[in-house]
Amino acid sequence: MDLGLNEQQELLKNSAREFLENECPETHVREMEEDEKGYSPVLWQKMAEQGWHGLLVPEQYGGAGFDFVDQMVLVEELGRALVPGPYMSSVFGGAVPILEAGSEAQKQEFLPKIAAGEVIFSLALTEPSARFDEAGIQAQATVSGNDVTINGTKLFVPDAHVADYLIVAARSSKGVTLAIVPTKQAGVKSTVLQTIARDKQCEVVLNNAKGTLLGAEGAGWAALAPVIQKYTVAECAYLVGLAQMDFEIAVDYAKERVQFGRPIGSFQAIQHKCADMVTDVDGSRFIMYKAAWSIASGQPAGETSIAVNMAKAWCSEATRRVVAHGQQIHGGIGFTKDYKIQLFYRRQKRAELAFGDADFHRELVAQQLGL
Amino acid sequence: MDWSDSPEQAKFRQEVRGFIQQKLPEPYRPKAGEATGEGEGFAGGWQADRKSEDPKRRATAQEWATALADKGWIAPAWPKEYGGAGLSTIEQFIYNQEMAEAAAPSVGGMGVSMLGPTLIVHGSPEQKKEHLSRILSGEVAWAQGYSEPGAGSDLASLQTRAVRDGDEYVINGQKIWTSGAHFADWLFALVRTDPQAPKHRGISFMIMDIKSPGLTVRPLINMGWEHGFNETFFEDVRVPAKNIVGEENRGWYVGMTLLDFERSGIAGAVSYRRGMGEMKEFLSGKGKSYRRQDWNTTRLELADRAIETEVLFNFAFRIVTIQNRGQVPNYEASVNKTFGSELHQRLSRTQSKAWGLYANVWDRTSKYAPMQAAHIHDYVGSVPHSIFSGSNEIQRNVIATRGLGLPRG
Repeated sequence: MDLGLNEQQELLKNSAREFLENECPETHVREMEEDEKGYSPVLWQKMAEQGWHGLLVPEQYGGAGFDFVDQMVLVEELGRALVPGPYMSSVFGGAVPILEAGSEAQKQEFLPKIAAGEVIFSLALTEPSARFDEAGIQAQATVSGNDVTINGTKLFVPDAHVADYLIVAARSSKGVTLAIVPTKQAGVKSTVLQTIARDKQCEVVLNNAKGTLLGAEGAGWAALAPVIQKYTVAECAYLVGLAQMDFEIAVDYAKERVQFGRPIGSFQAIQHKCADMVTDVDGSRFIMYKAAWSIASGQPAGETSIAVNMAKAWCSEATRRVVAHGQQIHGGIGFTKDYKIQLFYRRQKRAELAFGDADFHRELVAQQLGL
Repeated sequence: MDWSDSPEQAKFRQEVRGFIQQKLPEPYRPKAGEATGEGEGFAGGWQADRKSEDPKRRATAQEWATALADKGWIAPAWPKEYGGAGLSTIEQFIYNQEMAEAAAPSVGGMGVSMLGPTLIVHGSPEQKKEHLSRILSGEVAWAQGYSEPGAGSDLASLQTRAVRDGDEYVINGQKIWTSGAHFADWLFALVRTDPQAPKHRGISFMIMDIKSPGLTVRPLINMGWEHGFNETFFEDVRVPAKNIVGEENRGWYVGMTLLDFERSGIAGAVSYRRGMGEMKEFLSGKGKSYRRQDWNTTRLELADRAIETEVLFNFAFRIVTIQNRGQVPNYEASVNKTFGSELHQRLSRTQSKAWGLYANVWDRTSKYAPMQAAHIHDYVGSVPHSIFSGSNEIQRNVIATRGLGLPRG
């Protein structure tokens, strides 16, 4: 029993923090909000050189072969620095599904390229129904041998406009089916939505789009279950890093901002908000790592499942409370575009909603508790 | 990061479980379909049984104390040389966790948890010799006299006065919230020995026989109609000077030492989880007839309480991680106290809400009382949890100033 990081994780955390403080300062985050692609190919390559894209990928496929808890240590740092771009998309929406469902040939073809940052993947899961369950998959797939033809609209697909491949969940006569779909074809049209986080979520219209099977026809939803679990926990880790930084900025501000002749951080009204913030951030961190540990150590399926739902239910609300306090402590200046705290507030909402907010996961927890 | 036991930890856990299975007296074992309740309450527990008028309760208390004493487990945290079990922090944690899982009452009360450790650090050889063994044998129970009507959160402003007179001190004043004083044989108290000194530096830590002439313990009935705590009055109470623990006027610091012992809150987390399990069992059987019809909101609130209980477990695991790595928890213990007590209140509110109008019923024996009215009792009983052991406002101040480095107000 031990809830601390091991030496390797400490090293990973410290080197990532140092790297991102240099390479991904606030100015970069702001630039990418206005950027058409939403990420810097230069930084993307530097991250790949750090071995980050292939952290989870086994060495035989060109990765570093770290485990899922290690991966969360890194994602926490990405959240802290608000790293813009398709990292989550490519790793959790690309490498992970291929690891879970891909053939040996697909693993050999794609994983080394993902690890090297040479290709970008994204997962096209949700549709205009905005549901997270199996019934939400309504795009039509027609399968012929290894080839899949897809028609339909996927919505809120992150980074589809810069992705080389999408992993599309669609429905054939045999059920939900996954396909690897190259984006550079006439049948794939991605349109970027303007979002609160100024990230790049897209509407993707698939019109006789051609792809190849990932896993067996009709086996897609089962294959997606572990992918969605990991992606969900990764969103929690991102939220933990984001909330930690928001909290640190707010505490620093409370120490500096003077009113009535004293730092506002000396007032109990502010102190108690800060105490609640650290409680929420720490609570988020441990419940996230508990879920990550359940996955990494192969705990029984039922335990892992509820651990993931509990983590997302808690992290979604706790980090929302944190960023709300962060804004309140900053007063008027926090509401300006120029001041940094709002960057965190807006991005928290995206990750809160991703893969279901607290209401969604709370219901699943209730069901699994037998309530 | 690892939420599972190492092989040694698993072995020790099995040892504790096996011991409980064999030795926990029948009356202390949870009964199917009954609520064990969250925590031991104020008027109940081993201390009350020990002094009960019912010979069966007294015998049960004695049986359990003897079993623990034979095993050397009355004081798991004390060093072996003082008769404790000398368990490592992680073993203590497992011990506490398993005892809570079994809803086994802890033995020895404040003698074991507070006075003993203080004597071990600050006591004279005579004090150790006289008192430690009698705590371990269950012969003597202790109560704590810290708070006063005018000294709650601002404890250091306490006014109970001790004046030196030859080989004795003469004590006058009043303490309040002296929990379990009506079951106790001895009292440890903070008293003012130098009224001229700055308030933290004129206080001494003193121990005294609770039957001392001039010392009166008067019941204070709480809002749950229980007699748990008391008012304690001192009228020219004479205490031998050798009963000072540590140096004269250093009592504040002597008293503070004992607050640094284990505060992981694991027993609370365990009891909340167990309580929810018991409620779920009940709901799937005869409990359905008490359950409100429009219960979906409550149902989801219960899911939230389950999630929050997980968070509390993790906070407890964090404390033991810190201690096990040889470090001292800082603000983390205050986080546990604050979060745990507020969760306790939310949980009892949510649980009682599930019963709709039936939540009115206080009589535990009524046929209209779901689960012996445990939840509504807990709704009242959890009120002081955010107040005692340092109010949650004080705890948040500690988190902010000591933990986060915010300037003091």
